[in-house]
Amino acid sequence: MKHKYLKNVATLQLSYEKCIGCGRCEEVCPHGVFKIEERKVRLIDKDLCMECGACAKNCPVNSITVDAGVGCAAAVIMGWLTGSEPSCDCSGGGECC
Amino acid sequence: MSDEKSRCCSAGCCYTEELITPYGKKDKWIIGEIHTPQGSVPVISTDISLKDTLGAWKVRWGIGRMDYKINPGLYAVGNPNHASPVLVSANYKLTFDTLRKELFRFDCWLLILDTKGINVWCAAGKGTFGTDELVGRISKVKLSEIVSHRKLILPQLGAPGMIAHEVTKQTGFSVVYGPVRAKDIKVFLDSGFKATKEMRTVKFTVWDRLVLTPVELVAAAKTSLKVFGVLFLINLFAARPFRLADFIAYVGAVVTGSVLTPILLPLIPGRAFAWKGWLLGLFWTVGFIWLNGWFASGFLLLAIGYLLVLPALSAYLAMNFTGSSTYTSFSGVIKEMKAAVPLIALSSAAGIVLLLIAAISA
Repeated sequence: MKHKYLKNVATLQLSYEKCIGCGRCEEVCPHGVFKIEERKVRLIDKDLCMECGACAKNCPVNSITVDAGVGCAAAVIMGWLTGSEPSCDCSGGGECC
Repeated sequence: MSDEKSRCCSAGCCYTEELITPYGKKDKWIIGEIHTPQGSVPVISTDISLKDTLGAWKVRWGIGRMDYKINPGLYAVGNPNHASPVLVSANYKLTFDTLRKELFRFDCWLLILDTKGINVWCAAGKGTFGTDELVGRISKVKLSEIVSHRKLILPQLGAPGMIAHEVTKQTGFSVVYGPVRAKDIKVFLDSGFKATKEMRTVKFTVWDRLVLTPVELVAAAKTSLKVFGVLFLINLFAARPFRLADFIAYVGAVVTGSVLTPILLPLIPGRAFAWKGWLLGLFWTVGFIWLNGWFASGFLLLAIGYLLVLPALSAYLAMNFTGSSTYTSFSGVIKEMKAAVPLIALSSAAGIVLLLIAAISA
């Protein structure tokens, strides 16, 4: 069964003009969000994006942007409590992804 | 410089005995050493021993999980030579075991990065499975002098931490992202680095979810001890003390939120994790109250109190499972929490007040 999370929230943005069709994004995306067609990238389903940031980081021409972060409630709560950026760094508390 | 020279050539041999990756005598999964022009590399077994299985079981229950790691560096599988492929992975022992058991009868090099004992995906998110660490490790083990090719195979889930083109720019090694799961690595290598869409996609099967629940349960149990401490104090002067039925109601809500909701995840209607947990928590609470006959005039305060507290508790625990899931986005979790956290807090606070009144004034 396919998992689906909240719709219309992903911050993934694509600059179609810059894309050189190298296919790196399609290679790294763990949810099949991208597809290369006629040497250009196409978004299959943006709602599947989990904002891991792999595509943006590995794009050689910076044509992808996404606010990458940990989709982890415990991390967000820690961030709210300590006033810091939510991070997956829970080695202190022992609870982690 | 001269020191290096004497070590290398004084014996009239081009192989030094220097160990590229240090290891301990207790590491039974190391079965020998292979000699390279740059020093000796430990050869690892592809068999998983009983000790490895027990170790995996322990960390799944949260025992010593933050200190289950191996030395970073270069390892050999089988009998690799200068043309053998190089696979990159993390130094979390559970990750390492998952990979090596797939490499039976295979010759390759394993370049293990120092991710502080964290798995590839989480370490990539933190940046420890990252460009700098990889670049540094390549030069530290002198990889370019051990292999003659210039290609690295990285796990696909390491990509959030890596800038592939930057690695190539700094080291000359090109990066190929392998499959998501270690079990596909052999097919990937045999097919000339071709990964199918299926190999590239992260799943979250019922088994994947099940193995993650013990850690959630242990974390919830630890916090619960404090709750029991408070309840014990209240019992000292309560007219209606908390007893076994209350304990079962509470434990049921914890298990519903941290085990049952993750297991049934895609079957529960709705998308937000807190909602899914709340819904199951409500079923549990209503069922339990009904079975105990608490929907009666004398117990109404107790019943309403539990209806406010217990589903909220399940919702909170289920919401925390977003951190273990493989598909929730940061923006999504924030949106979910902005709605869920105030509701959970209000509901629990109101419920706790009612339960206290019920306990003291019964």
